[in-house]
Amino acid sequence: MRFSFVSLVVLLAAGAAWAQAVAPAAPPVPERTPLQAHLTGPIPPLVKVEIVGNTIPQPLTQQPGDPARGRRVIADASNSTCLICHEVPALAELPDQGKIAPPLEGLGSRYTAAELRLRLVNAKLITPDTMMPAYYRTEGLTRVQPQFAGRTIYSAQDIEDAIAFLLTIK
Amino acid sequence: MRARAAFLLACAAVLAATAAHAQGWPIARYSVEGRNSGYFYLGQQTRLLQDDDFQNPGMFAVDAGAAAWRRVDGTQGRSCASCHQNAAETMKGVATRYPAYDAKSGGILNLELVINRERVEKMGAAPLVYESPELLAMTSYISHQSRGLPKAVDITGPAAPFFEQGKDFWSTRRGQIDISCAMCHDDRPGMLLRGDTISQGQTNGHPMYRLIWHTISSTHRMFEWCNTSMRAEPYPLGSPVYLALELYVAWRGRGLPVETPSVRK
Repeated sequence: MRFSFVSLVVLLAAGAAWAQAVAPAAPPVPERTPLQAHLTGPIPPLVKVEIVGNTIPQPLTQQPGDPARGRRVIADASNSTCLICHEVPALAELPDQGKIAPPLEGLGSRYTAAELRLRLVNAKLITPDTMMPAYYRTEGLTRVQPQFAGRTIYSAQDIEDAIAFLLTIK
Repeated sequence: MRARAAFLLACAAVLAATAAHAQGWPIARYSVEGRNSGYFYLGQQTRLLQDDDFQNPGMFAVDAGAAAWRRVDGTQGRSCASCHQNAAETMKGVATRYPAYDAKSGGILNLELVINRERVEKMGAAPLVYESPELLAMTSYISHQSRGLPKAVDITGPAAPFFEQGKDFWSTRRGQIDISCAMCHDDRPGMLLRGDTISQGQTNGHPMYRLIWHTISSTHRMFEWCNTSMRAEPYPLGSPVYLALELYVAWRGRGLPVETPSVRK
């Protein structure tokens, strides 16, 4: 009895010493908006994409792209979004637009949906050195945080909706 | 009329006294051969906050460190001052040389880890938790003794492999966002990332008072924040990986003056 009490004290002291030696808890995970349901909960199955030249001709979802929802996806500042790096004059009401990459102007006049789809899914397949994240890719990444492993930045529907919105920018 | 003149004179005296306590270097001093301190990219208000020691919130950590310097702790009945006496003399220039290779441990040590080693080995005191107010205060106080002196870390000899490791880390794309340190801090400083101006990621002002965190903060906390912003798994603060990175980043900023405590957004 006495022995176990001593052991307990030693264990508690060791625990306290260990607690001293470890770093404070990891930083808080940002809250996810309803548009980011694919970043929490069950991991959605990955849609297989077929690349033809500089395009992905087939939509990733059965449901056609919704430009109004695509606008909200792109405006959702708490996810990685176009506005971090690109100015989007069509969303001029949104503050703090980035100026790292070219402004997103006239996309609907210059690109087809199939061309924009590859650029969103993985722009590195066109420009390997680009800084632009691949919005629909899970493989070949380094040290992804566990909560994001196997998940894409945008859902398949986000990709289609974003394309539908970007095509409205003439 | 006379009262008004006296009042103006008093105002001028207060301003002059404040200026005497300000860092207030010419802006050219924050750039060395194209290497720019984070100060260079700050707005005017944040610069003024750093410049004035009475306003700079990082000075609270420096003051806390000054008090702790003379406080006896541990089984040996010693304080830092028992051996190192007046920090203004004995610690001057020390922060410019860290991180550095340590032959005894065979690895890189930064100021935080040296403080803890001294506490354990010389004072018989418990190591301070990384990023605790106590460790940040002591690191800030010691770094502050080198304010104005140029960063000059040694990357030769046994430090070289750690330097290379840090350099590799810097240029490796990471996380779900898949972006390396270099893509922003080497290739795009001065550009706007959302509303924020990208800096060169220099550490000469660290520990810094970071306004969005409302606290004095270490270099490793900043590494952790940058990693998790890329949705990359961070390494523990004080880990060998971050120490190697800290060595590389300190070398990137060679010649930049120590600013501790700096104020950053």
